[in-house]
Amino acid sequence: MTPTASTVDANSPLAHLTETDLGKLEREFDAIHDEVYADLGERDRRYIKAVISAQRQLAVAGRVLLLGSSRRTTWVLGTACLGMAKILENMEIGHNVMHGQWDWMNDADIHSSTWDWDTASTAEAWKHSHNYIHHTFTNIRGKDKDLGYEIMRIDPKQKWHPVYLAQPFYNVLLMALFEWGVAVHDMDIEAVRTGEKSWSEVRRDLRGISGKARAQIVKDYLGWPLISAGAFGLAQLAAGGRLPQPRTSRIGNRLRKAGGGRWTRIADVADRTLAGIERTYLATAAADATANLIRNVWAHAIIFCGHFPDQAYTFSEAETKNESRGGWYVRQLVGAANIEGSPLFHVVSGNLGYQVEHHLFPDMPSTRYSEIAPKVKDICERYQLPYNTGPFGQQWWMVHRTIARLAFPGGHPRPKPGPYRSNDERRPDASGSEAARFRARVPAESPIAGPEHESGGVEVAPPPRNQ
Amino acid sequence: MAERGATPPVPAPWRAALRAVRHLFTPLLPDDYLELINPLWTTRELRGRVERIEPEGSDAATVMIRPGFAWQGHAPGQYVRLGVLIDGRYHWRAYSLTSDPDDEDGLVSVTPKKVDKGVVSPYLVQRIRPGEVVRLGEVEGVFTLPDPLPASMLFISAGSGVTPIISMLRSLHHRRALDDVVVIHSARTERQLMFGAALRELDRRHDGMRLELRLTEHQGRITPDDLDRLCPDWREREAFCSGPGEMLDGLVEHWTEHGDPTRMHLERFQPIIGGGVGEGTGGSVRFLRSKVTVDCDGGTPILVAGEKEGLTLPFGCRIGICHTCAGTARSGTIRDLRTGDVADVTGKVIRTCVNTAEGDLEIEL
Ligand code: FES
Repeated sequence: MTPTASTVDANSPLAHLTETDLGKLEREFDAIHDEVYADLGERDRRYIKAVISAQRQLAVAGRVLLLGSSRRTTWVLGTACLGMAKILENMEIGHNVMHGQWDWMNDADIHSSTWDWDTASTAEAWKHSHNYIHHTFTNIRGKDKDLGYEIMRIDPKQKWHPVYLAQPFYNVLLMALFEWGVAVHDMDIEAVRTGEKSWSEVRRDLRGISGKARAQIVKDYLGWPLISAGAFGLAQLAAGGRLPQPRTSRIGNRLRKAGGGRWTRIADVADRTLAGIERTYLATAAADATANLIRNVWAHAIIFCGHFPDQAYTFSEAETKNESRGGWYVRQLVGAANIEGSPLFHVVSGNLGYQVEHHLFPDMPSTRYSEIAPKVKDICERYQLPYNTGPFGQQWWMVHRTIARLAFPGGHPRPKPGPYRSNDERRPDASGSEAARFRARVPAESPIAGPEHESGGVEVAPPPRNQ
Repeated sequence: MAERGATPPVPAPWRAALRAVRHLFTPLLPDDYLELINPLWTTRELRGRVERIEPEGSDAATVMIRPGFAWQGHAPGQYVRLGVLIDGRYHWRAYSLTSDPDDEDGLVSVTPKKVDKGVVSPYLVQRIRPGEVVRLGEVEGVFTLPDPLPASMLFISAGSGVTPIISMLRSLHHRRALDDVVVIHSARTERQLMFGAALRELDRRHDGMRLELRLTEHQGRITPDDLDRLCPDWREREAFCSGPGEMLDGLVEHWTEHGDPTRMHLERFQPIIGGGVGEGTGGSVRFLRSKVTVDCDGGTPILVAGEKEGLTLPFGCRIGICHTCAGTARSGTIRDLRTGDVADVTGKVIRTCVNTAEGDLEIEL
C-alpha cells in the first residue's frame, strides 16, 4: 500500500505518483541495478585496486617527506600527501568498502566485514548508524539521525530550541573535529536516553572509540613524530652537527629556569643535542594534526552537501508509512543532492558528488555512479521528478546559509527545483529510430511504449493493427 | 566474510618484527604495504605464483605453483583450496594435489579437468598464465596412504579420479615403495587420458607395479566383476578408489558383499550442484549458533523463516543494502530472491534478508 493522498504533503514529489507509477519506477531502478551488477568485473577491480595502491603510496610518500619535517617545503609537501591519503582512505575507500560495494569480488582483503578505517568511528558502529539507520530512513524527520546530526536544526519543520542559536558556532567546531562528531553520533545518545540502547552497549561503543583514539594518538602523535625525530638525530650525527637547528632546546630552557644555574651544564648539552630533534618531533606531530584537520573539513563539506542543500526534500513518518520499494527509491532520489565536479573531484569525494545515485544504490561500486547518472536523470524527466544537483560552491553555500538561518526561530522551506528537465539535446539514447526515441520518453510499460516492430525496409508488410 | 587462504608459516623473527611496527600502520598492517612491492609477501594468507602450466590429456592441465612462503607439505591424496581471480572476482575450489610432496623443486601442483559449464576449471586449463598469483587455502582430506604402508596395494580410478592417486604413486616411487602395486585406471579415450605418460613410465621402471589401462570408448567400462580377472588377489590388497559416484557405489557394494570393506579407501568428489533457475524449491535451514532448524519455502527469505521460529537474527534494512544480516554459510545452496540466481555458498557470507534456501543450508547465526 502506498501513502494516501491525505498523508502526503501536496508539495512532495510523491504526491503525483500513483501506485502503478511507483511499481514501474521500482522495476526501472531495479533494472539499472541488475544491468550494472551483471557487468561488474576486472575493470572495476582494477579501479579500486588502483585507488587503494595510490592511497598507500601517498601515505608512504607523506611519511617519508615528513622525516624532514623541520624544513618548511618538505613539511608542506608531506602534510599535503598525508592529508590526501587520509581523504582517499576515508571517502573513496573506507566509506564505499564498508557499504559492501566491493564485496562481490569475494576478496577478503577488500571486504565490508573486515575493513577498518583511519578515523574515530569503529567500523561496526558506523555500519549500523550509517548503512542501516541513515540509508534506510533517509530524510525522514525524527528517524534519520543524520538529519542535522541531532544537534542542529537543518530543516524548518524541526522544532526550534534556544540551543540552536549556537549552531553556527558549533558547526565550525564540528567541521574541525568531524571524525569525533561522527563517532559520538554513532553512539546514538538519543537511544540511550529513551532506553532503546543498554548501558553495556554504550560501554562497548566507548571502548571501541577509545581504542580508535589510542591507535590514532600512538600512530600520529607518538610513533611517526618519534621516527622523524630519530631520523633527524641520525642525520645530525652523520653530518657531524652541521645541520641547522635552533640554538636552544625546550628542555634546556626548562632546566635553566628551574635549576637557577645548577643545571647549566646539562642544559647546554641538551641545547646542542636535542634542539633539532625536538623541533622535528613537534613539526611532524603538527603535520599529522593538520592532515587530520584537512580530512575532517573536507569530509564535513562533502557530507553536508549531500543532504542539506535547499533542493533536498524531507519526509514525515506518516508519509513513509507502508512505503513500497518504489516509494523508497523516490525518497532516496529526492532526499539527496549531487555536487557537480570533475572526475578527480568525484574520486576525492568518494563519488559522493553522486549522492543521489549512491542513495538509490548504496552497495553499487562507486565507479558506476557516473555511468548510471544519465539513466537516473532520464527517469526523473519521464516521471516528472526532481534531480537535485549543483556546483560545489553553490551547494556548500546553501547548506551554511540554512544552518545560520535556522539557528533562529521560524524559517520556510526554500523553493524546490521541480521536475528535472534536460537541456541536453543528446538524450542518453538518442541513437536509433524515431520510435526508440519516442519510447524512451514515456514511462516503461506504458501501452504506447510497445516494442518496436522489426522492419527490413519496403519489403516488409506492416503488422496487422488490431492484434 | 569472504574466503581467505591458509595462514602461511612465516619465520618467527619476521613475524615479531612486523608485530613490533604494526601500530605505525593502523588500521592497516605492514603487510598491506609490503604487498605493494610483492603480493606474495603478505603474511595474512598463503599465496603462490604460477610457474608453469602443462597440458594433461586433452581436457586437463597441471598448474605448477611456487608458494610465497615455505609450503607445509601435504599427504599424497589430499586436496587444497585454491583461490583464483577471474574477471575481478575470487573463486575458490578444492583440487587434489598431484605433486609429489617431497619433490626437490618445491612446486605444488594441481591438475584440474575442464568442466565445460564450470567457471574455474576452464580458466585453469585454458587461460591462466605463468606469473599469475593465486591464493592457497588449507590442505585437507583423509584419502591418504596409511602409515606404515600396507604390503600390497590396489589403486582403482577413472577419469580425473586419478589425480589423488598420481600423487600417491609419485610419493611411493620417491620412497621406493612400489613393490607390490596394481593400478587399474580407465579413461574414455587415449586423448583424454590424464597422466598416461607418467603412469606408463612408473610401470616401466618398477617390476612391482602392474598397470591396467582401459579406454572405455572401445573396451567398455570396467565392472566390479572384472576384478577377479584383472587382479585376482584383490581381497588381500589395501584398495584406494577414486572416481565418479556410480563407480564408487559399485565398488563399495562389491567389497561389502565379497571382500573386506575396511580395506577399501575412497575419495568422493562433491557432486556439482546444477543451477536450477526458476521457482525455487526451498529447503531446510540450520542456524548453527541458535541450534535450530527451520523449513524455508522457496519464497521466504532465510531471515524471515528464522524469525517465524522465534529467533532473534541480526538485520538492518531488510532489502539487501546494509549487510547487517550477513552470516557465514557452513554449507549449502541459496537462491537470490531478487535475481533467481542459485549459488553454492559453502564458506561464504550471505545476506539472509534477500536469499532463500535451495536445499539444505547450514548457517552460522
Ligand atoms: S538486512 Fe540489510 S542487507 Fe540484509
